[in-house]
Amino acid sequence: MDIFLQQVINGLVLGSVYALVALGYTMVYGILGLINFAHGDVVMVGAFTGLALLKALLAAGTGLPIALAGAALGAVLACGLLGVAIERIAYRPLRHAPRLAPLITAIGVSILIQYVAAILWSKQYLALPAAFTPATWQIGGASVTDLQVLIVLLAGVLMAALLWLIHGTKLGCAMRATEQNAEVAGLMGINTNRVIAATFLIGSALAALAGIMVLLYYGVAHYFMGFMLGLKAFTAAVLGGIGSVPGAMLGGLMLGLIESLASGYIGDFTGGVFGSNYRDVFAFIVLILVLVLRPAGLLGKAQGERA
Amino acid sequence: MTAPERNAGATEHPSTGQLSAHSASAATARAADVLLEARRIGKRFGGLQALDGVSITVRRGEIYGLIGPNGAGKTTLFNCLTGLYSHDAGEFRFDGAALDTGSPDRVARSGIARTFQNIRLFGAMSVLDNVMVGRHSRTRGGVFGAILRTAGTRAEESAIRNRALDLLGYVGLQERADEQARTLPYGDQRRLEIARALATDPQLLALDEPAAGMNAAETNALRALIERIRADGVTVLLIEHDVKLVMGLCDRVAVLDFGVRIAEDVPAVIQRNAEVIRAYLGAGDD
Repeated sequence: MDIFLQQVINGLVLGSVYALVALGYTMVYGILGLINFAHGDVVMVGAFTGLALLKALLAAGTGLPIALAGAALGAVLACGLLGVAIERIAYRPLRHAPRLAPLITAIGVSILIQYVAAILWSKQYLALPAAFTPATWQIGGASVTDLQVLIVLLAGVLMAALLWLIHGTKLGCAMRATEQNAEVAGLMGINTNRVIAATFLIGSALAALAGIMVLLYYGVAHYFMGFMLGLKAFTAAVLGGIGSVPGAMLGGLMLGLIESLASGYIGDFTGGVFGSNYRDVFAFIVLILVLVLRPAGLLGKAQGERA
Repeated sequence: MTAPERNAGATEHPSTGQLSAHSASAATARAADVLLEARRIGKRFGGLQALDGVSITVRRGEIYGLIGPNGAGKTTLFNCLTGLYSHDAGEFRFDGAALDTGSPDRVARSGIARTFQNIRLFGAMSVLDNVMVGRHSRTRGGVFGAILRTAGTRAEESAIRNRALDLLGYVGLQERADEQARTLPYGDQRRLEIARALATDPQLLALDEPAAGMNAAETNALRALIERIRADGVTVLLIEHDVKLVMGLCDRVAVLDFGVRIAEDVPAVIQRNAEVIRAYLGAGDD
């Protein structure tokens, strides 16, 4: 029972991070019909800028909470700018090009960001300063750290805020209109380029915070970390129904739980032939199953007009 | 039924029932004023000259009809005017200045709104949200205002909502405000498109076949609505296949045939124009 509970807790933490990253994929897909494959690398940039700021602030003698807040703010700003720049430079000129063109550009941007990061911050795993040892509590035979609680709570608050932004504000109204028909939204006086830029800004800001969560949780940052994380978050978005914001949240949490539980029990089920080092395989089994059995995802709408 | 005022923030004519700041009397006084002028507009699609030097002149305060056989270029002219297509030749002048048709949102901000032949509502959004979208061009609050919830943003959002509800009342859809737009009956969807277009505070409302698919009763209601919109100071440019409706409703009519404007006059003259009759009945058919 305690293994189960432990894996559920781990899965929720992992799922919260997946959900935050999946939101970026799903919002951009909803509005542009484009898979932004560079999104995972924005998470990586968030982790690296967060780490650099954290080290600098701690070295300057700032207290830990303020250093964390400063690092998060800096990473959000840096990634927000990066996301807007990616859209402006790499995707907007291809807005009316055949669909394959922006997809290839997305992969190019992803590789570019990875190697610029490798040059800026080295190809080594960079570790957090030793100051981080989260407090641990025991709950029913499972252990929970304060960091895990913080990650899940913060992700929950961010997702609630995003839902409110989309359904309760003028910007959200413009985003939904642009998603449904950008041409008509333009005719109603909405500057759709600005709405699209705002979408990238919001998605990238969430990615930055996810990057900091990953950094704190695993204690390291690496220039290639965005690749696997991005693929899994993309899987989560597809699982929930790509283009659906609640779907990305649900898909992220579910994928985190599936991955965590499956890797926790795979050793028992296979008599020790496969261990938890096969954990990455589950996300992609899920991806294949969803694409075969329910391509629209859990909360996705059946594809209508969009080609 | 009271028409809503122009802007819930800056009250101008709370009791005159004006849709627009241009009062009906002023519109009459300046009846000869030109609001929209298309000057020798040309548009080519590959080998097809869809518009060939089309010129029309729409006066302030009138209902102006654009008719012609299928494929004559009526909707193409609308699309060029509203920035969906870029025209190859000619220019539009609107309200005394050259019209920037570089992007649809700039056209909307200049004061031109339109509806579509094939209804294009935001189907998954509520009826009220559809109209609120139309208010965007007339309000300011940006991304940061929305995130930071300044007092100004909040006041503006409630003003947008009130104005949108007023407009739904104006077209008779107030009871359906919370329904999803795609669930509305056909005639109501057409009226919702008109309310959404009016939400941008247009000087010129361009309607692309608003009576298409409507029965006689719905067409009569539409006719009354268009007349009321004009009476409230908005100039109407109308593409319509229902010739009876056009001849009864429009002050002046232009006829397009194969991308060429073959006539522009009052309905009585248009009905007797030999070239127009030939375009509609086919050459050599008399």
